[in-house]
Amino acid sequence: MDILQVENVSKAYSSHLALDDVSLSVPQGKVYGLLGPNGAGKTTLIRIINHITAPDSGQVLFEGHQLTQADVEHIGYLPEERGLYKKMKVGEQAVFFARLKGLSKQDAVHELRRWFEKFDILSWWDKKVEELSKGMAQKVQFIITVLHRPKLLIFDEPFSGFDPINASLLKEEILKLKDEGSTVIFSTHNMSSVEEICDNITLINKSRNILSGNVEEIRRQYFGNRYDLTFAGDPRALMESLTPLAGEFNMLDPDAQGRQRLNFHLNDDASLRDAIAVANDAVTIAGLNESIASMNDIFIRAVNEDSKR
Amino acid sequence: MSKIGIVIEREYMERVKKKSFIITTILMPVLMLVLMALPAIIMNYVDSSATTVAVIDNSGVILPELKSSESLTFRPATDATVDSALTRENTDAVLVIPANIVDNPRVGLKYYANGPSSVGTETGITDQVNNIIETRRLKAYDIDNLDTILESVKSNVSLTTVRADKDSEESNSSMFSYAVGIGMTFVLYMFLLIYGQMVMTSIIEEKGNRVLEVVVSSVKPAQLMMGKIIGVALVAVTQIIIWGILLAVMSAYLLPALMPADAMADVTAVQSGNFDQVSDTSSIEIIQAVGMLGDVGHIISLVALMTLFLVCGFLLYSSIFAAVGSSVDNIQDASQLTSLAVFPIVFGFIFAMVAAADPTGPVAFWMSLFPLTSPMVMVARIPFGIPAWEIALSLALLIAGFVAMVWLAGKIYRVGIFMYGKKPSFKELIRWIQYK
Repeated sequence: MDILQVENVSKAYSSHLALDDVSLSVPQGKVYGLLGPNGAGKTTLIRIINHITAPDSGQVLFEGHQLTQADVEHIGYLPEERGLYKKMKVGEQAVFFARLKGLSKQDAVHELRRWFEKFDILSWWDKKVEELSKGMAQKVQFIITVLHRPKLLIFDEPFSGFDPINASLLKEEILKLKDEGSTVIFSTHNMSSVEEICDNITLINKSRNILSGNVEEIRRQYFGNRYDLTFAGDPRALMESLTPLAGEFNMLDPDAQGRQRLNFHLNDDASLRDAIAVANDAVTIAGLNESIASMNDIFIRAVNEDSKR
Repeated sequence: MSKIGIVIEREYMERVKKKSFIITTILMPVLMLVLMALPAIIMNYVDSSATTVAVIDNSGVILPELKSSESLTFRPATDATVDSALTRENTDAVLVIPANIVDNPRVGLKYYANGPSSVGTETGITDQVNNIIETRRLKAYDIDNLDTILESVKSNVSLTTVRADKDSEESNSSMFSYAVGIGMTFVLYMFLLIYGQMVMTSIIEEKGNRVLEVVVSSVKPAQLMMGKIIGVALVAVTQIIIWGILLAVMSAYLLPALMPADAMADVTAVQSGNFDQVSDTSSIEIIQAVGMLGDVGHIISLVALMTLFLVCGFLLYSSIFAAVGSSVDNIQDASQLTSLAVFPIVFGFIFAMVAAADPTGPVAFWMSLFPLTSPMVMVARIPFGIPAWEIALSLALLIAGFVAMVWLAGKIYRVGIFMYGKKPSFKELIRWIQYK
């Protein structure tokens, strides 16, 4: 079942179109990556999901019904640019936000104490936020976001500003929340974290959804049948000899020994054995690997192809 | 508890718990009392040295009649010329009286001073000399018992306004009403500016550190704006109530203890309307003022009305400040747009001055109905006792004004809080209002 469906949503500001007919569905209990270059429209989409702004056209469904203000209590949002009241004490502030999300004062204090103990930050309760370091404040903000056990969590660049230890702690917590049944929308530029924790993604570029689907499937189909050839010799001769069998040639950076590397896509009807044979005639082959498509490559390639259109 | 209530609670508690709030709230009335009492205290301790004037009296008739006072001492000049007289020790100035001054006062006196002279000294001299000349001229008519006649015609009248249109025969001192009106206007002016800007800076701060993004995901922007405005308004009311109580306590208990006993008897007499029993008629204005100050009920009703206008005026102005705060990224950018709120407040203050001097004039009347100026102008008029329907009408218009302004500001706020970067122009603000 999909917890959230965005259907044909468009939103225009005075000078530009922020979202152009964007549709996506977020399955229940999964981690969903919302990717895209800066200014693509991710934040606008998140604001619409958060019921902060309304779309010009299209609709957002939450658990199958039209999203309302009441549903927002079931959403937890960690914005990219974290914000806490600097002059307020950590504990009071956390209670304030928890109450805004519908918790009673007693419940809020009780739950918060549990979380603060878990993160070993109970001693910060009476400190002012301005006395905390950036990373410390992030932890507090994370707790505030997840405290009311929302069904849907939206994290905008959650790892920025965290050291590796705290980042992995956070990653564990996010996966734990997923195991407990929460759905997570995860907006980021950090592609390696997408590979590690996202089940599905949507890639938004220039206000439009250009790529949606399961991470494994996308990786397979997007960069399937591609190989890296390490060799010594004339690259032009190599490409010429391979042309009947392969295409999309792309010279990569030399390897550690300074040997040249060529990335190519094998035509669907060609066999790898033939390709190796012709390549072996043209140059001296030092190695051949199937290239593993990283989300990073997919991101760059999809955005570049989209921009050329 | 509703969400707006939670926001109000936070805004209120955050400010009231601040040390600076507690200190100013308690210290301010004390400071004001000290400031008011300071001139009297200084007068008591600083012995103002008398001005010594050497007189060259060419007429020969004026000098013997000149009376020295505490601040002015006359003595005959021992030198014939001004220059040498001035150089003598203990001489601050030389007064030269022409020979024919009695017959022809237009020739005038000449006053040579070693330093700057005060208006008080100059009028003190001319008044005395005029009196002497007038008396001499009267005497020239050879009237019997002239001194007795002059003594018996002397008069020192005082004016007491008794409102004929009021049921109770309460006495009203215009001087006191004026002072109270200006005082209350000033309080209102300060509160509107200080607390209005407080709303603005706090919104800019929320926008700057992106707290807004988190809050707005659980509260509607309009609720957040209203919560902030109401929270800050409650802080202002809290401060005024505390000041009102302090003032009432001081005027009810402190004032009678400080005033001399016979003066207090006069005050009681004035309060009960028995002017005949007042022993010292020269200071009746002051006694009336003290009488009104001691009238705790009157003070409370004045403070209550002022608070009402303050709250309504604050809701109106703070929503302008809120709209400005939401549309800029930092305080520096706000200055130009702030004039939208600051100018009307300053104009209101100026009109309030006019209104206090002429509380029933057309300027006072119309400006106390116009919502942007009415809080200050009306508050300046209220101590004079104006018809209840005018107050009610002014309040009704003010409430309509703030409802419209809050609605308008809410529209700008909703868009403005997510706009970063370029400072918007007035034209853009108007376009924001039209957004769906």
